[in-house]
Amino acid sequence: MSKEYTDRIRKIAARLLKEGRVDMVMGFRRGTVPMMNEPCVIRRDTEAEMLVWDSHCGINLANYLTDRKERIGIVAKGCDSRNIVTHIIENKIKRDQLFIIGVPCKGMVDKRKIAARFEAEIEKVSEAGDTLTVKGGGTEKTLAKAEVLQENCRICVHRNPVIHDELAAEPVQEQTGVDRYEDIRNIEAMTPEAKREYFTDLLSGCIRCYACRNACPLCYCPTCFVDESRPQWVGKGQDPEDVETFHFLRAYHCAGRCTDCGACERACPVGIRVRLFTKKLEKDCLELFDWEAGMSLDQRPPLDVYRPDDPNDFIK
Amino acid sequence: MFQNLMAYIGIEPGRLHFSWISSAESTKFVEVAHAVTEAVKALGPNTHFVKKEIRVAHHV
Repeated sequence: MSKEYTDRIRKIAARLLKEGRVDMVMGFRRGTVPMMNEPCVIRRDTEAEMLVWDSHCGINLANYLTDRKERIGIVAKGCDSRNIVTHIIENKIKRDQLFIIGVPCKGMVDKRKIAARFEAEIEKVSEAGDTLTVKGGGTEKTLAKAEVLQENCRICVHRNPVIHDELAAEPVQEQTGVDRYEDIRNIEAMTPEAKREYFTDLLSGCIRCYACRNACPLCYCPTCFVDESRPQWVGKGQDPEDVETFHFLRAYHCAGRCTDCGACERACPVGIRVRLFTKKLEKDCLELFDWEAGMSLDQRPPLDVYRPDDPNDFIK
Repeated sequence: MFQNLMAYIGIEPGRLHFSWISSAESTKFVEVAHAVTEAVKALGPNTHFVKKEIRVAHHV
């Protein structure tokens, strides 16, 4: 599967650059270690051979579009395409600057889930269809891709790009009957004390590296509130209160905008499930406003407009 | 949404209140202030999101 995708992406990218339709194409190239494809920008049709596609393209490329002035061809999965829509709505890029190469996606794999099945370092990962062949420390295992998907991909219901100029493959079957919010409901059912304990424990490993923020296409503020020092909104140290403030406030800034692309969680070097914050907001947005982010260019996000029927029971 | 998020991370119900009061509604202001004070007193002092000791450098 990945070879067909790769060939098609290369062909489209080369054509766009050759015809002068775009100034650059954003895609992925093979990383220096297995399972770590890196974002890649090519400007000449002869460079199209660098582009690849497989199950390790989890980074959200919409992150690199912010305020760009060039005409850009961009490779976009379902979630990336929704973030591109959000970028267009928020005036961070113009639709007519973009040529979107849509990639119907069957999910990206979580390198931690694979690493956990091996004692030694992973040396090589290859894939065919829905199975992965992983080599490491002299052993070789065949894994079903479905078992090692990223958590957000496992529960994804928008695998096909919602906006595209050309598709790199036939649309894939969308998953149905997925329970997206089981983990959130479990936390909601806890007592306030248990919740505090849960989140304190969840964030105890956080080193405030801000990789989650940097990987997030929504976090494009010129100065993030945590970096501001006049006034200083939040302490910059490792105090648990400051760490938690950073996480829940960053999540709140993504309310009604987050597409659950999983870039934050993927980027976290200590494996904190930071999506537990953004997903709660995503769930509330769906329940209160019947809203899913980035599905249409014609609708304003719920926190951006007033509607007479907005829920307001909490205001006394 | 914000209230829901606060409840989600463990702020007890009754500690955080939202109200819309016009500058002409002085009696409503008094009522709400009383109601909020009573509700929060009933819960006791807040223990969450309180820095127990100063662990960051102090700036003037």
